[in-house]
Amino acid sequence: MEPLIQLTREPLDRNALIAAVSHASVGGIAIFEGVVRDHARGKQIRYLEYDAYPEMAEQQIRVIVDEAQKRWDVEHVAVAHRFGRLEIGEASVIIVVATPHRAEAFEACRYIIDTLKTTVPIWKKEVATNGEEWVEG
Amino acid sequence: MNIRIRYFASLREITERQEEILTLHDGATTSDVRTLLAERFPRLEPILTRCVCAVNRGYVPANTALHEGDELVFIPPMGGGSFQELDVWSL
Repeated sequence: MEPLIQLTREPLDRNALIAAVSHASVGGIAIFEGVVRDHARGKQIRYLEYDAYPEMAEQQIRVIVDEAQKRWDVEHVAVAHRFGRLEIGEASVIIVVATPHRAEAFEACRYIIDTLKTTVPIWKKEVATNGEEWVEG
Repeated sequence: MNIRIRYFASLREITERQEEILTLHDGATTSDVRTLLAERFPRLEPILTRCVCAVNRGYVPANTALHEGDELVFIPPMGGGSFQELDVWSL
């Protein structure tokens, strides 16, 4: 099935993503949600700023989801990433994977988020109380 | 030939632009543009050494030949880890 991929400046809608993957043949849904936390490497974070190369990011997410669908019995996937300014506690990324059985839902979800973090051109700037920097991992 | 270069994240902040058209000699490669940018924007040099390149929205190896109308982006590492850990060319 064609995955749902969203790159948006608007707050992410978890329920809409879950609804998009829900289907009678689905037996398990795994959800990973990345949220903005208030500290990083000893710094007090005020907010995060995400920048994206949107056309390529969407293409790379599609490649990752295709690979996940080859490796596991994945029926439906929704991936949403937000960019722009995000406050503490807000969701920056949500991955929803629906499969017939639970094991592959966890594995595919883990694979998608781990790969996304290293190959999809979306960057994060930490704006802390003592300065700001682009995070390079 | 003319190519379009787009800047993101730290590169956008240092160059203070989102994109521009570059006029290059025929046969120019991504490495030639890297050298050119490091001369024009000395603060970019350390960042460029950590970047990989994308041409027309796909990752390419170092020193890839450019063609008229190409879209080139230097991609600094993302937060999730280094390019060395992953074979980005296969993706």
